Amino acid sequence: MLDNSYAAVMSRKNEIMKRAVGMDYDKFESGSIAFDYEGMMAATGYDLDAVRKIQTNEFQIGNTPLIELKNLSALARSFAPQGMGARIFVKDEAANLSGSFKVRRAATSIHQAKRMGYPGVISATSGNYGAAVAACAAKAGLKCIVVQECFDSKGVGQPEIIEKARKCEALGAEVVQLTVGPELFYMFLRMLEETGYFNASLYTPFGIAGVETLGFEIAQQCRLMLGRDPDMVVCTNAGGGNLTGTARGLLKANCSAEVVAASVNLSGLHMASDTQFNLKSFTTGHTGFGMPFSTWPDRSDVPRSAARPLRYMDRYVTVNQGEVFYTTEMLAALEGMEKGPAGNTSLAAAFSLAQTLPKDKIIVVQETEYTGAGKHVNAQLSFARSNGIDIHFGDPKDEVPGKSIILPAHPSMIHAREADIEHLRTSLIHNAQKMTGKTPNEADIAFLAEETKTNPTFVKEHLA
Amino acid sequence: MANKNDWVQIHIDVLKPEERATNIPEDTRHVPLEMWVKGHLIDETAEIGDLVKVRTKTGREVEGTLCAVNPSFKHNFGDYIPELDTIDETVKTILFGGETHA
Repeated sequence: MLDNSYAAVMSRKNEIMKRAVGMDYDKFESGSIAFDYEGMMAATGYDLDAVRKIQTNEFQIGNTPLIELKNLSALARSFAPQGMGARIFVKDEAANLSGSFKVRRAATSIHQAKRMGYPGVISATSGNYGAAVAACAAKAGLKCIVVQECFDSKGVGQPEIIEKARKCEALGAEVVQLTVGPELFYMFLRMLEETGYFNASLYTPFGIAGVETLGFEIAQQCRLMLGRDPDMVVCTNAGGGNLTGTARGLLKANCSAEVVAASVNLSGLHMASDTQFNLKSFTTGHTGFGMPFSTWPDRSDVPRSAARPLRYMDRYVTVNQGEVFYTTEMLAALEGMEKGPAGNTSLAAAFSLAQTLPKDKIIVVQETEYTGAGKHVNAQLSFARSNGIDIHFGDPKDEVPGKSIILPAHPSMIHAREADIEHLRTSLIHNAQKMTGKTPNEADIAFLAEETKTNPTFVKEHLA
Repeated sequence: MANKNDWVQIHIDVLKPEERATNIPEDTRHVPLEMWVKGHLIDETAEIGDLVKVRTKTGREVEGTLCAVNPSFKHNFGDYIPELDTIDETVKTILFGGETHA
């Protein structure tokens, strides 16, 4: 009989993971801080063309429309300085199977699980990824379990996560729901061990390779539609895979657009707090994931995360909850597009950033997500109000996460705030030293320069 | 009251407060880690609150306390939010003028 105590299961983590991902991560390790990231990415055996074939032929996903938001662009331009106000485009990823870009990530994982003969897949996610995995598993004829952090200790569920549970069940998955806490990972490990299923993690090279097609398509579509490359691509950032995959795809298309990360500012709220769980109106795309995963990617559910956003990020901006809700409503009112709020984080940022770029520049928001009961601007604001959150029009900069949601009194007040990227890069360097306990050698310095999109001199100057 | 093969939901206390991870916030450490699973009832009959076994969609057998029979989703679009109408009016007035959409 297996010892299923918390300590015993956690101590079996490495062997459970090795079997559940079918990949030996040890062979990419240097024994010091550095590891062979590109070697790990190449180990999938699928290049961009192969991934495109899997997505297009096997799962019929991708090739989503790139839509110019002419009215939103005009509105932004109406209060931008003379000659400013870039054209805003959005990649309508909600048109994908299961309603989000996450299906690109799921498709390659499910293809791999099927090829390797796993009877089913498990994913630990409270987000759109669950539905994506469920949809692909349904198509592949694999069993599927989705493990969610869903309720607080009073049994109150976050409406957005409840909706995702419904969708996963509708697509044939078994949904296991838990209260707040990082020990979700413990139950996840237990179920992997019990079932022998594949870990359809968001953070394997398969998942990230799946997102590369999104960046590649953006470059291709801009060239086809506009005869030129985009100048800026804005990515909603949480665990980092969206930005990493998109940026890698852009690079594979030889596109050098500036890559900007955008997260909803939830500073002050603790992600593992039972009492604060239902005081936040965004369950993803926020700084509570975005900042820690950027500065230490290897906190994920695999030994080495393939999502390493600081390798590709040029800037990181934050927007407030009220600004994203406002933008979501504007998108419906002015463009006829009703989409889920979290996916519009990057759009809220782009609406502000467009005003800082000349009129002839192209800014691409690289996703939308589906909306429905629970995960809708109306549902989320209603839930917030019922939890005592003060919702009113005012200056978004006065918003206090967990206490207020401030809708801009005027759309010109939507403002992307620059995060200190140098500070984030420094944090990553310090975390790499702290978590490994190693003194960096020359190879580590070169590795950390790649990890932070800087150079060896910067790394040496910022060592702990 | 539930009968064999009925679709039900069970509840399990996975970790008691004292068994939880140490690196979590104080408020979370004071409550158990709870789990809910759905499946077809394996027992012949059961009442809410009984310890039962279910077979889940993937065929797993899980034991827990029966908490719902024929569980369903009740989430919705919430109450009317007047601010959303104000946003619509504001942005349409700026872009198209006040009269167009009055």
